[in-house]
Amino acid sequence: MFAVAAVALLVALGLALVRAVGGPTVFDRALAGNAIGTLALLMLAVLGFLTGRPEFLDLAILYGLLNIVGTIAVLKFFRFGNLGDPGEEEAGR
Amino acid sequence: MSLALEALSWILIVSGSLFCVTGALGLVRLRGFYTRTHAASLVDSAGAGLLLAGLLLQAGWTLVAVKLVMIGLLIFFTSPAATHALANAALARGLAPDAEGEGVPSKR
Repeated sequence: MFAVAAVALLVALGLALVRAVGGPTVFDRALAGNAIGTLALLMLAVLGFLTGRPEFLDLAILYGLLNIVGTIAVLKFFRFGNLGDPGEEEAGR
Repeated sequence: MSLALEALSWILIVSGSLFCVTGALGLVRLRGFYTRTHAASLVDSAGAGLLLAGLLLQAGWTLVAVKLVMIGLLIFFTSPAATHALANAALARGLAPDAEGEGVPSKR
């Protein structure tokens, strides 16, 4: 049962990777990166159940947190042109 | 565990992973960035929700179930914020909604 879910998630990860590589705009790549992060999180949970090791779920929680922080940082860079101090002059507004 | 619970969790897990594949397929097939955002959110909402619910039934009343609920809450709160930030950044950077001729005849 978990093997079915793991294989399906692998297929979904492959498809998201295709979009990440082929995405015309940088936001397509950020979107694919976000999708890959969520799919990897689910894959970790399913593998934790498949191999009977509950500590994989801790990895999944941590990975989810890192994924959200990474996505927001990338988006801030591409929206404001720099990751600088928001106090200074807003570039690109 | 009772057969009914086992069958229900099996159905939830398979349908959740099916939604994940559908969302990822939509991510590849749809044209235009904003339609792809719609497809990608399918992975976050239906795919993750059903899959985690199926795993929750498997775990029963243990610490593992608490961790699964934590993951569910994490996805529930952060993925809409990330999708909003994505669309906002794309719009602010001048990616007009119908820039790439998404095949939908825009009324304007």
